[in-house]
Amino acid sequence: MSVAAARVRAEPVRTPEVVARIKAVAARTRQLAIAGIYRATSGHPGGAMSCADLLAALYVSELNIPGGTADDPARDRFVLSKGHGAPALYAVWAAMGYVPDDIPLSLRRMGSRAQGHPHVLDMPLSETSTGSLGQGFSAAIGMAMGLRHQNIPARVYTMLGDGECQEGEVWEGAMCAAHHGLSNLCAIVDYNKLQSDDRNANIMGLEPFAAKWRAFGWQAVEIDGHDIGAILAAFAGVAADRPSVVIAHTVKGKGVSYMEDVPQWHGSVKMKPEETRAALLELGAQPAEIEEWMAA
Amino acid sequence: MSTPALIGTSGDSLREAFGKALTAACETRRKVVALDADIAGGTGLHHFRKAYPDRFFQFGIAEQNMMAVAGGMAATGLVPVVTTFAVFCLRAVEQARLSVAYTRRNVKIVASHPGIDVGPDGGSAQALEDLAAFRAIPGMTVISPADPHEMALATEAVLDFDGPVYMRTGRSPAKRLYGEGHVFEIGKGHVLRDGSDVTLIACGVEVARAAEAAAQLAAQGIQARVVNMATIKPIDTGLVARCAEETGAIVTCEDHNIHGGLGGAVAEAMAASRPCPIEFIGVRDVFGESGEPDELAERFGLTAPHIAAAAKRAIARKRRG
Repeated sequence: MSVAAARVRAEPVRTPEVVARIKAVAARTRQLAIAGIYRATSGHPGGAMSCADLLAALYVSELNIPGGTADDPARDRFVLSKGHGAPALYAVWAAMGYVPDDIPLSLRRMGSRAQGHPHVLDMPLSETSTGSLGQGFSAAIGMAMGLRHQNIPARVYTMLGDGECQEGEVWEGAMCAAHHGLSNLCAIVDYNKLQSDDRNANIMGLEPFAAKWRAFGWQAVEIDGHDIGAILAAFAGVAADRPSVVIAHTVKGKGVSYMEDVPQWHGSVKMKPEETRAALLELGAQPAEIEEWMAA
Repeated sequence: MSTPALIGTSGDSLREAFGKALTAACETRRKVVALDADIAGGTGLHHFRKAYPDRFFQFGIAEQNMMAVAGGMAATGLVPVVTTFAVFCLRAVEQARLSVAYTRRNVKIVASHPGIDVGPDGGSAQALEDLAAFRAIPGMTVISPADPHEMALATEAVLDFDGPVYMRTGRSPAKRLYGEGHVFEIGKGHVLRDGSDVTLIACGVEVARAAEAAAQLAAQGIQARVVNMATIKPIDTGLVARCAEETGAIVTCEDHNIHGGLGGAVAEAMAASRPCPIEFIGVRDVFGESGEPDELAERFGLTAPHIAAAAKRAIARKRRG
């Protein structure tokens, strides 16, 4: 058994206070992501909204990242393999207090460290650079292998998009992680059913999706990716002898009613002021802050 | 400068020299791990696997994942050496670009079986584009040593260098050019033979052929300088400029497409310093085919007589001004 598997993991705390904190971080994540995309006049809002609850649960309750920096060699790692979710990643860091709000709000701007897709030399917390689908997943596997080889009992989490799982590299990696018994690795699929041009099912169908992962040697669970209790339970139930995948059924654009399950909000979009104001109000942002974000 | 004769006709292949040198070097370099895609027997990595089974990682026939995994392993402080055939490194160029170079990971990509030197496996297996592809990646150091001894020195240098490297080995038994006392330094070319009429700048298996061409030219009264340009990137711009200045004509020699590899690197450096006539020895923008390496070298114009003829063309162009 690997050292990482032997690490005693505390049950995630599922008190009402923790759940409330996750919900607050998720709301702030969505607000800052939308504001950043509006200011950038481009960016992918749909997939940022769909993964916000998962990101908030990970950072609030699951990841052990001392000091909120990438300095500790024994920290847990999170790799956003679906790199176009960058607006949500920068936003959750800001919501956690790891980076100033300026980071998500300077999304995609020249000279900003918040590039359109995460770059580790600009943002060490991104752990690697992503934006070419499949590669973050492989890099996360490499981190899990490297940590285990050095007897560092840290865990590695990586989030994939559903469309991303059409990349052959994902299945090379899935076979590899299972073959090497990487129980210190947990993948999360943000299964929002939509990709750039259309529904997954019309582009290149993924089903039977959980069965594919299981056939590749993974523990796979399917959950509602917006149910905080279900998310925490899934993380608590990862396998001790093999890699685990949490297939999170989500709604693309979740939280912004006019975006939900509408493919056009996948893409890199230019948000209009009235659309942005409506979205931010719906997400619970304060009017004064909305005007401040939209003015600069 | 002295003119070393070929020390022997045949030594280890560069891949075997690499595998042995890596194994010897890693007794003390404990952070080095090696990654294989089911061809350790062919890349020389079998030596490492036998010596350090706990530091040897198998990825199966899946090079794209292996390359990006290497980037992730490096992120945890290890020094991954990724080995496969050069043609399969091409398969993982984008992973090398993003997960190794863009992230500035300390990963060493070691490619065996480059060029038509692969021989009988034929055109599909003969990578003639790898130097160009990896040279175009920002921050990637590109190296192609010339003989088994230099390969051993280069292997140590590459392990101790902080940053991503692409290094070619070779399939066939390699001519020995160097003995003890040779110094290999990343980024520095080595003048193997001095001369004033033309400079033959070569890398990898073509260095021995360039030396042979220089001997043929000397018999005809032409003094050719031979430079082993083992580092293609960053190219030794000072040495290129000096050769252009002092000999006024250059021939580049590589087992690679004439586009984008050593010839391109030398031409760029020369054009930016002291322009002079240049001729390119290499595979002329076609794919390879099956055959023995020496037969193919003749067919594709990589042998000493072709190099000597190119040298005369370059000299003639110099004289025409």
